[in-house]
Amino acid sequence: MPTVDLRAEPLRALNRALHALRPDTNETRWTVVNPDGRHAIAAGLDAPIHVEIEGNAGYYCAGMNKRASVVIGGNAGVGVAENMMSGFVHVRGDASQAAGATAQGGLLLIDGNAGARCGISMKGVDILVKGSIGHMSAFMAQAGTLTVLGDAGEALGDSLYEARLYVRGAVTSLGADCVEKPMADAHREQLFAKLKAAGLAGEVDPGEFRRYGSARSLYHFHVDNAGAY
Amino acid sequence: MAETPPRTAPRTSATFTPEVMAEIRRAAATGIYDIRGAGAKRALPHLDDLLFLGASISRYPLEGYRERCGTEVVLGDRFASKPIRLKTPVTIAGMSFGSLSANAKEALGRGASLAGTSTTTGDGGMTPEERGHSQTLVYQYLPSRYGMNPDDLRRADAIEVVIGQGAKPGGGGMLLGQKITERVAGMRCLPPGIDQRSACRHPDWTGPDDLAIKLEELREITDWEKPIYVKVGASRPYYDTALAAKSGADVVVLDGMQGGTAATQDVFIEHVGIPTLAAIRPAVQALQDLGLHRKVQLVVSGGIRSGADVAKVLALGADAVAIGTAALIALGDNDPRWEAEYAALGTTAGAYDDWHEGKDPAGITTQDPELARRLDPVLGGRRLANFLAVMTLEAQTIARACGKSHLHNLEPEDLVALTIEAAAMAQVPLAGTDWIPGKAGL
Repeated sequence: MPTVDLRAEPLRALNRALHALRPDTNETRWTVVNPDGRHAIAAGLDAPIHVEIEGNAGYYCAGMNKRASVVIGGNAGVGVAENMMSGFVHVRGDASQAAGATAQGGLLLIDGNAGARCGISMKGVDILVKGSIGHMSAFMAQAGTLTVLGDAGEALGDSLYEARLYVRGAVTSLGADCVEKPMADAHREQLFAKLKAAGLAGEVDPGEFRRYGSARSLYHFHVDNAGAY
Repeated sequence: MAETPPRTAPRTSATFTPEVMAEIRRAAATGIYDIRGAGAKRALPHLDDLLFLGASISRYPLEGYRERCGTEVVLGDRFASKPIRLKTPVTIAGMSFGSLSANAKEALGRGASLAGTSTTTGDGGMTPEERGHSQTLVYQYLPSRYGMNPDDLRRADAIEVVIGQGAKPGGGGMLLGQKITERVAGMRCLPPGIDQRSACRHPDWTGPDDLAIKLEELREITDWEKPIYVKVGASRPYYDTALAAKSGADVVVLDGMQGGTAATQDVFIEHVGIPTLAAIRPAVQALQDLGLHRKVQLVVSGGIRSGADVAKVLALGADAVAIGTAALIALGDNDPRWEAEYAALGTTAGAYDDWHEGKDPAGITTQDPELARRLDPVLGGRRLANFLAVMTLEAQTIARACGKSHLHNLEPEDLVALTIEAAAMAQVPLAGTDWIPGKAGL
């Protein structure tokens, strides 16, 4: 089980080693110590490995992740798991802005809070935040689910497309074309599945959540909607 | 019999021209601004306002068709371990699959490869047709991140972080629903048939400091192999070029306001940004001030049409050019052979710009399979390669006349301007004088 100390090894060496792993590698569990907020730690992984980062990560940690499981023991900077394709990224602390931005698959789990623009332009990822999220979250979100156990800031889901938003707490305000929608059984089942994937099955009642989605009124331009822009 | 008093002759307004009045009537009827493709159509200060000073006594020319005039260019050797090496400094600008048909993308790839140059993806990702037929392919990393994935990032030969376009600095894209087929929708993770608004800003960085970190991430993901270009629309070229270079760009792509677009508001195309001619010298100056001229390469685009344009842009300090609209015309866009069909669409060959409607008779800016079949990608590629060869030959001809053994040896001293405006913008003397507006005489 390799351990890489980022005070002793340059980031380039870590990422190069992770990128060089063969699909059948036996070195499937990696530990990164002393990350000290460095940027792009474990970015661009494309192997079914597990990377444990013991501490805080800077910008774009696990960016574009594919297949790997990355756990950040502390806080994560801007753009954690941005454009993730598949796999699992777990932030044990808080996440900064644009967590899971444009991510297309996999699961991003944040134990703490996430800053502004969480899930911005998300394209299929599942994001679950145990705490609260900041303003403009899920801006132009296209697909996937954003589940929030806490509260959501201003302009949630502004210019939303087909992503589904589940929020248990208060929503400060909804953005353009984002509306509350009824929770049908299918939605409760989907939400339960997301909670279960995050290890929260039975701990959180899906009935406490409200669902938000696109009103789809801005999918085609019409002058009578001009005030919404 | 009383004489009819003379009447004033009907007089149309220079302000309310027939085109302006037609647009007012159209806007009143539809409630939406005009959306169209292509670039600025109004007359702007242009490269045509510059002339070369061929050699006489004070300069010594090279023999045409005999003495070598180099054209090769290396892009991205600042940080990348695998820089791009091209046979000609004329490259193909980014144009999206979605906006263009798959056959058109394939033809661009074929043509560029035959000519030994690069082509570029666009909003919507990389298609197998494009990658398969492009020897050197630049992958655009756009604000929308439609179709963005790390596999394609690694399949590319260079990465172009698009911050803006010359046709619409500060604006996002709009691909209207009629062109969103199942394939296009699938690549963009959006429902078919809806109007797709591409973002105008990147989702996960907000300023130059963040951009530097973003470029570092892209380099980490691609193992520092690929050149990273940063593309900006020309509006504040000095500062944008300086910040792109300071952020770590290997190459800065500067797109002037004559640059084309797939579908944007006409008011945006015609009234935002600055002409290509006006953008080049400030960008070069920024690189010179940073000590990075020729170390960070400058690619200029926006209305480049001929070898003369190429030579002028290089003489002003750029390392290469990119062409978009001209490449589409080379493929057959707006060709008079389709005049009857252009007329049926209410326009004429040479003026057709409603690319967003997906009805392009030439089969280039469409997703209609019947129309798209009209473009033979092999023949289209051959035509584009011919055009690229002609542009290169023309630029060489001019360079030889100026006594240059390589296109990159062209310099501002080879140029004069026909107008005071062009002299000021290009910072070359007004023809017949030693006067550069804003500078003391020699």
